[in-house]
Amino acid sequence: MNPSLQLVPEQASATAVHLDHLTLYLLIIAAIFSTLIFALIFFFAIKYRRRSNHERPVEVHGALTLEIIWTVVPFILMMVMFVWGVNVFFEMSRPPDDAMNVYVVGKQWMWKTQHLEGQREINELHVPLGRPVKLTMTSEDVIHSFYMPAFRVKFDVLPGKYTTAWFNPTKAGKYHLFCAEYCGTLHSGMIGWIYVMEPAEYERWLAGGPGGESLASRGEQLFQYLACANCHRTDKPGRCPNLQGVFGTQERLTTGETVKVDEAYLRESILNPSAKIVAGYQNIMPSFQGQVTEEDLLQLMEYIKSLGKPTAAGGGAAASAPAGRGAAPARKNR
Amino acid sequence: MITATVETRENYLTHEYGVKSWLLTQDHKRIALLYLGAISFFFFLGGIFATVIRLELLTPPGDLVSAQTYNKLFSLHGIIMVFLFLVPSIPATLGNFLVPMMIGAKDLAFPKLNLLSWYIFMVGGAFVLYAMLVGGVDTGWTFYVPFSTSYANTYVIMTGLGIFIAGFSSILTGLNFIVTIHRMRAPGLTWFRLPLFIWSMYATSIIQVLGTPVIAVTLLLVVLERGFHLGIFDPALGGDPVLFQHLFWFYSHPAVYIMVLPGMGVISEIVSVYSRKKVFGYKFVAFSSVAIAILSFLVWGHHMFVSSQSVYASMVFSFLSFLVAVPSAIKVFNWTATLYKSSISYHTPMLYAFGFIGLFTIGGLTGTFLATLGFDVHVTDTYFVVAHFHYIMVGGTMMAYLGGLHYWWPKMTGRMYPELWARLSALVIFLGFNLTFFPQFIMGYLVMPRRYHAYPGEFQVYHVLSTAGASVLAVGYLIPAVYLIWSLRYGNLAPDNPWEASGLEWQTTSPPPPENFDITPVVNHEAYDYSILEEMKVG
Repeated sequence: MNPSLQLVPEQASATAVHLDHLTLYLLIIAAIFSTLIFALIFFFAIKYRRRSNHERPVEVHGALTLEIIWTVVPFILMMVMFVWGVNVFFEMSRPPDDAMNVYVVGKQWMWKTQHLEGQREINELHVPLGRPVKLTMTSEDVIHSFYMPAFRVKFDVLPGKYTTAWFNPTKAGKYHLFCAEYCGTLHSGMIGWIYVMEPAEYERWLAGGPGGESLASRGEQLFQYLACANCHRTDKPGRCPNLQGVFGTQERLTTGETVKVDEAYLRESILNPSAKIVAGYQNIMPSFQGQVTEEDLLQLMEYIKSLGKPTAAGGGAAASAPAGRGAAPARKNR
Repeated sequence: MITATVETRENYLTHEYGVKSWLLTQDHKRIALLYLGAISFFFFLGGIFATVIRLELLTPPGDLVSAQTYNKLFSLHGIIMVFLFLVPSIPATLGNFLVPMMIGAKDLAFPKLNLLSWYIFMVGGAFVLYAMLVGGVDTGWTFYVPFSTSYANTYVIMTGLGIFIAGFSSILTGLNFIVTIHRMRAPGLTWFRLPLFIWSMYATSIIQVLGTPVIAVTLLLVVLERGFHLGIFDPALGGDPVLFQHLFWFYSHPAVYIMVLPGMGVISEIVSVYSRKKVFGYKFVAFSSVAIAILSFLVWGHHMFVSSQSVYASMVFSFLSFLVAVPSAIKVFNWTATLYKSSISYHTPMLYAFGFIGLFTIGGLTGTFLATLGFDVHVTDTYFVVAHFHYIMVGGTMMAYLGGLHYWWPKMTGRMYPELWARLSALVIFLGFNLTFFPQFIMGYLVMPRRYHAYPGEFQVYHVLSTAGASVLAVGYLIPAVYLIWSLRYGNLAPDNPWEASGLEWQTTSPPPPENFDITPVVNHEAYDYSILEEMKVG
């Protein structure tokens, strides 16, 4: 393909096709209106050019009908843009439930991606064809923006917060990955590639390389290493809440409020434990701010999520979780 | 001294001489010229940065300047062009000169405050220049946190303070205009007899007074977090980086209208006088200025569709952004309708007005693209956005500013500009502008991200076109700089009313006497009523 002749950016997802239909509508409206204005101005400028300096044009007073027409018609056409745009945007904002999760950490100036199976990449992301991929993203420093133009996906990646984006690749190939939010000196070097592979090829890729342990089992090691298990016991009541099957549930806090146990809450509880204390427990946990990286946090989180699963794919978790097996899946699938 | 006229009649340029008579003047017309000098300097400085940026982007690898230097170049280009050129451009020069004259007043309501505004502006500008000379700033004009507060190692505080200070000049000018327009209109000059330029300056002033304090506070918070580690925006200090974006765009979106509303006012004046017609739908054009000023405060979130702001907030901001497009469209249609059955002359200001309407139409239509939620996700932070706002800011405001400068040049200086050269340069600027920025729409849609020092090779063809256009544009801007200065000494002497306009500013001498009018005019006709010219001849 000759890139200089390209008029539409590569399309590699259904969302991209939906967006490009909307784009076509926008272009048609723009073409009609600009042609109308330009044609009228050219026509008037020639037809009514001043032929003698004594010309005194007749008065034309405003016309209410015209004013109403050129207020209402553009408004209606723009409301179509609005509704259509909202539709596409909601499609972009809502990952399907069965999407496979991939973690993204942005830092000056590289993208680090982690697969649940344990593969870690820098400035690259390999995904299988035809399976929706949900990205859970955060930044170690400044704001970045994860931009995959072939899927028309862009979302800011912020420090101190998890954001999500998703796409469903429909065409195998190699696609641009850009940082779209200015992030400092080597902003334009914070780029990479997305590889969309045939599922079988993807499985081979996953199996090869220095993948090794799953994210959850790395998380488990960290959990032991940081001595979290001393208080967060799963075998008997500990000084801190049992984390078995806790992900996705509602917890009651000492303040009487409830909070949903999601990535944001887990993150906050590790870095700033005294912010929201679960009812019935003391404020005794130290902050791990500065001791764990964003990637460590994601691994810990994946471990905690795995605690609720009936069979832990990565192993490890299941062994230490004999109790509550029956209840956990039900709570998880709530 | 600006000019050495051979006229015997005393005017505001000749009634006093010497540096002191300029630096301590309270005459709004002289202050306008002080601003004109200052912002012209900043425009050419910002232009030099743009030139180096375009040269760097001629080839895909970053080879002309280092990445750090490139980032400083686009940051300073944006900061200087937005805060030190575009925001003051039309209000501080043409507005200062014309608001009292158009309403038949001797001066603004607060002449000393007006002079103070200029000094504040210069102090703010000096801070930015100092920051530039000692090492520059690399945060972009948007100062996004936590990059600007915790990571950038350039002169953020100095630059931020410069903008903070310059903001006060904007606030005071707005305040001065609001009071002047309310209190100092000539007898008989009712609100609906005001020239549309005054309506647009009034709407602009409201935004300046209400919006600028917010950017001032925001930049102050950046300075506090950066200087004293007060946790406001940086999550590592317990802050919220998205809060900054809300505060920043709460000013900076209305600021777009601070930049473009005055341009719309200029275009209304020009279109009317060179077609010898009343502006079609006067009240609709007037009220659309006010509508834009109000709605402009309700759309800031459309800069933040991918920032992690709530999707429902984004939906509301998208809707409101379409609403603000309606009054802009009303203006374009009314200007076009004004031309119907008119008598159009092709003087330079009218060429600029044609240019403005065309380029603003494209800028406005692509604005609706960006207000469309799904589409914005794809093109935000790409060259599509860069092209869009340059169509509004440069294709719109700059065209109107140059058109207005030519239109009122005879009144301001007492000299005519050379028509042939002026028409030529208007054409060169129009062509150069389109060649520079139209390819940026395409490459933006084809996903070239903005603020990239180096870029993938597939975008080069568009960058080459854009750089070629930029060189044409640079020549286009240099031509008027030369002939306008030339005309101060060698231009033909200007008659009092060379364009046969009906506004009050044309009923006094060129250049005007120090207090504008020998006798306070009494107004008994609507704006753009060209029949009064016949009456005056008869009388």
